[in-house]
Amino acid sequence: MNKGYTWRISLILAFIIASFVYLTPTLVSPLPAWWSGLLPKDKIHLGLDLQGGTHLVMEVETLKAVEGSLDLIATDLEDSLSSQNLRFKKIGRLGGDKVQLTLYDRSSADSAQVLVKKKYPDMEVLPVFEEGGFVNLQLRINEKEAQVRKDRAVAQALETIRNRIDQFGVSEPVIQREGIDHIVVQLPGIKDPKRAIELIGKTARLEFKLVDETVNAATASTSTLPEDDELLFEKRTDPATGAISETPIVVKKKAIITGDLLTDAQIRIDSQYNQPYVAIDFNSTGARLFDQVTAANVGKRFAIVLDNTIYSAPVIRERISGGSAQISGSFTEKEAADLAIVLRAGSLPAPVKILQNVTVGPSLGADSIRKGLVAGMIGVALVVVFMGIYYKLAGMVANLGMVLNILFLMGALAALGATLTLPGIAAIVLLIGISVDANVLIFERIREELKLGKTPHAALDAGYDKAFLTIMDSHVTALITAAVLFQFGTGPVKGFAVSLSLGIIINLFTSLLATRVLFDAFLDRVHVKRLSI
Amino acid sequence: MQLLGKTNIDFIGMKKFTFIISSIIALIGIIGIIQIGRGAANMGIDFSGGTAMQLKFSQPLTIQAAREALAKGGMKEAELQEITGGNQLLVKINKSDLSTGKVADSVESIFKQAFPANPFTVESSTEIGPSIGEKLKKDTLVAVALSMLGIILYIAWRFDYKFGVAAVAATMHDVLAIIAVFFVLNKEVNLLLITAVLTIAGYSLTDTVVVFDRIRENMHKSLKDPLPVVFNRSINEVLSRTIVTSLTTFLAAISLFLFGGEVIHDFAFALVVGVLVATYSSVFVASPIVALWEKPPVESKA
Repeated sequence: MNKGYTWRISLILAFIIASFVYLTPTLVSPLPAWWSGLLPKDKIHLGLDLQGGTHLVMEVETLKAVEGSLDLIATDLEDSLSSQNLRFKKIGRLGGDKVQLTLYDRSSADSAQVLVKKKYPDMEVLPVFEEGGFVNLQLRINEKEAQVRKDRAVAQALETIRNRIDQFGVSEPVIQREGIDHIVVQLPGIKDPKRAIELIGKTARLEFKLVDETVNAATASTSTLPEDDELLFEKRTDPATGAISETPIVVKKKAIITGDLLTDAQIRIDSQYNQPYVAIDFNSTGARLFDQVTAANVGKRFAIVLDNTIYSAPVIRERISGGSAQISGSFTEKEAADLAIVLRAGSLPAPVKILQNVTVGPSLGADSIRKGLVAGMIGVALVVVFMGIYYKLAGMVANLGMVLNILFLMGALAALGATLTLPGIAAIVLLIGISVDANVLIFERIREELKLGKTPHAALDAGYDKAFLTIMDSHVTALITAAVLFQFGTGPVKGFAVSLSLGIIINLFTSLLATRVLFDAFLDRVHVKRLSI
Repeated sequence: MQLLGKTNIDFIGMKKFTFIISSIIALIGIIGIIQIGRGAANMGIDFSGGTAMQLKFSQPLTIQAAREALAKGGMKEAELQEITGGNQLLVKINKSDLSTGKVADSVESIFKQAFPANPFTVESSTEIGPSIGEKLKKDTLVAVALSMLGIILYIAWRFDYKFGVAAVAATMHDVLAIIAVFFVLNKEVNLLLITAVLTIAGYSLTDTVVVFDRIRENMHKSLKDPLPVVFNRSINEVLSRTIVTSLTTFLAAISLFLFGGEVIHDFAFALVVGVLVATYSSVFVASPIVALWEKPPVESKA
């Protein structure tokens, strides 16, 4: 084992050079112009706890998505039955998994059944039953189909949220699905987390509904409303006082046009009142519908409803063709801009609930980095001094190994584009202590062998050989826990596990190979009688 | 330089005394775990769900004043803690009826109204819904169980099952000791503590393995000697490296503890405690268990 340091030294040098190359993008900014081609550009990413930012975990309320699609089926069936002149009393969603059709007689129920089976082959048709003189037909969505819809809702929500964030403009966001119905969003360095959360979490279901002027909204309550009406509120914020006023308005439950039919939404400023508004464009279907509805309802009011809140309820003065409309309301320019974004990006298929929100300000992150560095430097200094005093020259070799360790670890983190978190820094500091441990085991062995009267070279060989298994064992056990931490940990803890496991593996290399080659090279060239250990 | 010359301490002989100490520590640790399981310990919001905010005021603010303001705003259950240096305040509110996202806003507006002359910035804010906390608790249990299992299997493979069980007993002892210390000092049980505990579990094994390696080596070398003698000799032989390896790690951990900042203060504290008990347990817990178990030597060799 004495020979063959050429390859060992070359290997170490190669690692040193590689580490520096990989660390360059992290340390040098901006990169020089000639730094291109195959040279790495990945940096060590800073975790949100170090650079500041927001980490969100959201749950998509998938049950609502299933309910929504059942509502759609109900409306669709109403249209189909009407167009086939099949008379029915009522069609609506029943609970979380059924649509119920209430018809007047058996024969129409039979025709309806045929129609339903043809239109919705995936739905389960339950046996027809009579109740209170009416015939009821129920459709049930089966478990599998519901699952498909839930799954699609989450995928769609993910896509919509990604769109919104892209349009909002956040650099290097992370948007991931986690588990069945969770979505994780990371927004590094975000300045106005509240606004971003508002934007991401908004369902943004836009509906145009006709106002029912026959009902007095001021005295209406849910119990006295006609069945196909609902009571919504128009919210207005007084720009001067900030006070919010709510006006009740009774509208038809059925939306005449929904946000799915939009092609574009842009913020504009009203030149007359200097008020921001959102200009929207419909696609051809939407434009045709809008044209028809406005033509049929001139002189009436329609309400522009977003997530069950009325933005405005203007009077239709004339037929509007061309497929453009505007949403005005009492909003600020920022609010109007955000509204345009959510309308462009589309609505979420189901509401989302924020389960976890971790926001770290940038100054706290900077503080953490500084303190982590200070702790690291002091840790290094303490260990270097101790090893130097206790093991003299050999101790300095171990110290060199430790420095190599840290260099390699940083290089590896950069090469993998890993994320450094505060616990990750802690792992590196801890590694300073652990990395000399392996050398301590070896040195103590060497001392024992020297006491037995072996020559320096023989003692060195024996020390390394005998300590090998112990070092291996201790590293593997440490690696087991690090791997488990990596597997289950998220965010900061994962950062810790990454630094720790990489560090342990690298340490194995430096302590068994790198420090040894120094001893070997030295002992081969210089004939020593006594090891400085 | 050498810390210790040749020592000849009867470690195994001290087992009566050390076992009592270890049992007491372990018992406190078990009580701590039961309390944690019941949610009666000082649980971090990552497990219990809730809101934690770190606020930085521009002028000094007494905890008393802050508490009164919060109580007036209907947040009597808030726990407050001052962070040393720079008028910082930590506000923690466990589980609440308000939906996620609302608590932090209310705290902010309460302070804005109560102390208009003392503006503040939100350095960090964490809100965690109860379902996440529940999931995390389960995940953590799985993680701890998995790593313990992995360790037992590895040690059982490398040594024999008696060493494996003893190593795990020593590791459990260290885990319990850290929890006992945190429980007694009423420090917060959070995800970072669990991370520290698992790290120490790995580290504790390192220490134990060093001792076990030597015991095994000496057991093969001197079959005639009574086991306690072999064990004592082995521990004495590796005593200085046990102390030195712990010392270097201890130096790194203590610098994290002293200079690493508020966020990882408790984490570093757990590491410091862990390094100390891990060293103790490899000598006073792991080895005596194997020594007791292997007795009488003649039969076990057969």
